[in-house]
Amino acid sequence: MPTADMLPTSETTAAFDVARLRADFPALHQEVYGAPLAYLDNAATTHKPRGVIDRLRAFYERENSNVHRGVHFLSQRATEAYEGARAKVARFIHAAHTHEIVFTRGTTEAVNLVAESYGRLAVSRGDEIVLSAMEHHSNIVPWQLLCERTGARLRVIPVNDAGELDYDEYLRLLNERTKLVAVVHISNTLGTINPVRRMIRDAHGLGIPVLIDGAQAAPHLRVDVQALDCDFYCFSGHKMFGPTGIGILYARETWLERMPPYQGGGDMIETVSFDGTTFNEPPHKFEAGTPNIAGAIALGAAIDYLDALDFEALARHEKGLLDHATVRLAEIEGLRLVGTAAEKASVCSFLLGDVHPYDTGAILDRLGIAVRTGHHCTQPLMQRFGIPGTVRASFAFYNTKAEVDRLVEGLRKVQSMFA
Amino acid sequence: MTNHDTIEARAEEIVEEFELFDDWMGKYEHLIDLGRALPVIEDAYKTDDYRIRGCLSQVWLRAERENGRIVFKADSDAMITKGLIALLVRVFNGQPPEAVARADLSFLDRIGMKEHLSPTRKNGLDAMIKQMKRYAVALNGNG
Repeated sequence: MPTADMLPTSETTAAFDVARLRADFPALHQEVYGAPLAYLDNAATTHKPRGVIDRLRAFYERENSNVHRGVHFLSQRATEAYEGARAKVARFIHAAHTHEIVFTRGTTEAVNLVAESYGRLAVSRGDEIVLSAMEHHSNIVPWQLLCERTGARLRVIPVNDAGELDYDEYLRLLNERTKLVAVVHISNTLGTINPVRRMIRDAHGLGIPVLIDGAQAAPHLRVDVQALDCDFYCFSGHKMFGPTGIGILYARETWLERMPPYQGGGDMIETVSFDGTTFNEPPHKFEAGTPNIAGAIALGAAIDYLDALDFEALARHEKGLLDHATVRLAEIEGLRLVGTAAEKASVCSFLLGDVHPYDTGAILDRLGIAVRTGHHCTQPLMQRFGIPGTVRASFAFYNTKAEVDRLVEGLRKVQSMFA
Repeated sequence: MTNHDTIEARAEEIVEEFELFDDWMGKYEHLIDLGRALPVIEDAYKTDDYRIRGCLSQVWLRAERENGRIVFKADSDAMITKGLIALLVRVFNGQPPEAVARADLSFLDRIGMKEHLSPTRKNGLDAMIKQMKRYAVALNGNG
């Protein structure tokens, strides 16, 4: 059996050496059930490079202290590192200002923050929020809760059989009652890359702000929030080689100034008395309580790591993986790809004949191949395709064509067992 | 008359059966075969009322009492899950409800499929076992 460490020379080019990259990720080098791990569940979470793991440890070993209020040496070191990480994130997504970066627990909390705070600022009975049929539950449920609170309603952009948004229908849904468009940049289930730049331009033409769920885009695309011109952009650290429990809300300065606070507590206040409280400036106004200091700093280390790589070479490698997987999976009789958009990230969702995704995933697991099975937190999308779920293989730049071949070999084994 | 056809005896039989396979593929294929032979619940009962929550795949289960003995019928859309249910049905069907209600199912740890007893998956299995025991308690009460 080919192992992940035995790589064909074609996967190494002058600019890109996947074996050397893999060496940076300790978790990739282990066996499960006696087989080398082939980790193809990167859309759920990515592994962490040594630099991120070391940074977490270094924080707790040498800098651990609370941020912002401390007069002592360690507290100032921690504050500098935490705010330094904010500046790295701002640079990474090309935000105009560092204070437009709010640290959250993840994409989910970022969306909830906007639903709560922007909702209170701008949404009332009879208003509409436009979403798409391919949203993750995280970008559906917060808006449903907002609608329940306010009497607003959701409008949904349909998806075609290839897994692309119906753009004409999108334009028809926009009207004077639309208070926000909230749409996913890259579908976690289908891999579809949505034309968000154009969607934002068309919404802005009618004065409608736009939130982008960028959880899957941040690890694959070079995101530029100014070029996109989005109002809100949400993503997670752990899907872009950083730690869990840290995420980002980018929000345009003018919104953060106008939006009321999300949660109350320490750090977000200026003065407190029982007669009332005045709030700190953004972004601190939106970061109540002691934040995930170590997580933010280690996310900064993940950004340093990504910055040092040749982004174009990574993108080419991922495209190569997607193309290889698409061709090899098509060789399997009875395999149905779900999501065949023209613009696609390195995600392959599929069904293997009549075999239940759970059965497929369980056998692949036993072969050392980690995939995700089920509805991928996109139940409305599964309903759209009339299926209970899929098997999803999602690739990162550290995956190899040899791993794709192992997936294909594993699927043939599944077929023989369930025939 | 002493009864040798107990839950424990049947469980022991299953453990010995699985010992015949020395590789995981064999064990899985055997489990899948057992699932195929499961006495299947009628489609009319494949409704939310009979669905067990907490499983990664869909599972439907119902029980009847025949001559003082319990009879389970079940189905799942996933074959491995169906195989696991088949193991439970095989040890339980035809047993007195009170024996089902207090059955020790530690044999599941000894069939060499520990990965199916990992936390997330075990939740589903636990939900199934709990539901079977609940049926047993209810049917015992009706007796």
